[in-house]
Amino acid sequence: MSVLVVTEQQAGKWHRMSFEALAAGQQAARELQCQLRVAVVGSDVEHLAAEVSAAAVDEVIRIDHAALDDYTADGFTSALRQAVSTLDPELVLFPHTYQVRDIVPKLAASMGKPFVSDAIALRVDDGKPVFVRQMFQGKLNADVTVDGDSPLFASVQSGAYRADAVEKADAPAPVRQLDVDLDSAAIRARPEAPFQDAKDAVDLTAADIIVSVGRGIQDPGNIPQAEALAKALGGELAASRPICDNGWLPLERQIGSSGQTVSPNLYLALGISGAIQHVVGMKGAKTIVAINKDSGAPIFEIADYGIVADLFEVVPALIEALENQS
Amino acid sequence: MNIFVCVKQVVARDSLLRRNDGETWILDDGLSFEMNEPDTFALEEGLRLKEKHGGEVIAITAGPSRSASTVREALAKGADRGIHIEDDRYAQADTFATAQALAAAIRREPHDVILTGLQSDDVGFGQTGVVLAELLGLPHATIIMEIDASDGRLRCKRELEAGWFQTVTLPQPALLTIQSGINKVRYATLMGIKRARRKPFTRYAPEDLGIEVSAQQTVQRLYTPQQSKQTQFLEGGSQEVAEQLISKLRFEARVL
Repeated sequence: MSVLVVTEQQAGKWHRMSFEALAAGQQAARELQCQLRVAVVGSDVEHLAAEVSAAAVDEVIRIDHAALDDYTADGFTSALRQAVSTLDPELVLFPHTYQVRDIVPKLAASMGKPFVSDAIALRVDDGKPVFVRQMFQGKLNADVTVDGDSPLFASVQSGAYRADAVEKADAPAPVRQLDVDLDSAAIRARPEAPFQDAKDAVDLTAADIIVSVGRGIQDPGNIPQAEALAKALGGELAASRPICDNGWLPLERQIGSSGQTVSPNLYLALGISGAIQHVVGMKGAKTIVAINKDSGAPIFEIADYGIVADLFEVVPALIEALENQS
Repeated sequence: MNIFVCVKQVVARDSLLRRNDGETWILDDGLSFEMNEPDTFALEEGLRLKEKHGGEVIAITAGPSRSASTVREALAKGADRGIHIEDDRYAQADTFATAQALAAAIRREPHDVILTGLQSDDVGFGQTGVVLAELLGLPHATIIMEIDASDGRLRCKRELEAGWFQTVTLPQPALLTIQSGINKVRYATLMGIKRARRKPFTRYAPEDLGIEVSAQQTVQRLYTPQQSKQTQFLEGGSQEVAEQLISKLRFEARVL
């Protein structure tokens, strides 16, 4: 019996969530009292395999193949299916990245297995893994179990485990090269090099104070109110996805899984309900203030200070109070 | 071009959710339902592909009887035909069961492009499209921001993380999961709603398609998340809460 953690890298550099998944894997292996393996997948990833071997794992699996240089769903599914078949793990854990969303449903389905995606916690009850998932836009949590034989596929949400919680070992773990058979003619997608749209994007990660608006702002004509508050606080203005989708603020001001991940000293959420996709991008903020009409909004679960009220009444009062005090 | 758009009916945003006695699912009574928001963008994209390249848009769902209204909504917005694989168990089926139902119905017909939203607003597994592609043996690409369907292939702009994008080209037929916000969705017109009533609508029971509804993932318990922080709620008039908040941010949290 074993747990296999599959890490992610791009162009020889780690995806930061890889080590969060590894921390989850260490905990799972401890609770299941079984071996832990960590896989590094790509082309020329010897240095990454060596680096991760410093962690407390039983074995590092290096899946290194020229056809894995560019990410493709067909290539990576085939490589991982071969690795899972060879290693026969009980549980295969991934970080819940965009790439994982693109590939693991396919990998699991190709083996006739379900995939518990975006878990925020996992524990073992009577020797069986139980995953905690958010449902209904974060309003409810669900304890989910999976029927059937191993392997069991799961991914962990960004920030659910701490990368700095990964235990180190005294001596490096052995690295095993696992050879996979890949036919590049069977890869149907033709990917091109990644690019960025906005070259001089706003770097919200450097901001100490962020005022962020969500659906509750209602109308683009109300954005200047939020902007005035950001200015009065000496902070940056940001938004949740729907606001940028509507074109009310540019995409580079978006916080969340598809935008920037920030951890400012102060995050003031105006009319933001707190859907998972937004929360993963800001829950690391030191102090979170939520102003929302709906007292049941999930944003209040992570807020330090909550105001259940009409933001159009509170925001002008805040601006006025700040101006009076300065 | 035969364009399938997979739609799901979900509980309306901002609904007050109550749990059943076993605390394993929510109660339907008194709730209103709507088309899963990400799927509305997939539908719009399907309609635009048809307007550009001709062909037919087929809206398909696997869901309980109430989800027929979501297929009707798609027809009112311009889809040509509807397919409903109807069984109450699909209300809380896992991805695999849902994808199996969709695959069984789509396999019977010619298909060039299959579109889905990137995830559902209720259970949010974000997998149905990719699993469906695998079951149909089709290539796929996820979180798509732009589609160019000329020359019998699909050249797509795929969103990566943190402001990065990638262009990927797939042969047809293929499945794409659509990112929300890719387009501005149209509303149903009165004429559209009238016309929808006369559009072909096929209902299947799972048995008709030779499939079973079986879930491999089980919700053992559904519960309100524990507060991860002790939230201080500030109360009073606007001016009062504003002054309280600023003083707390300054002297308690020390972030101002």
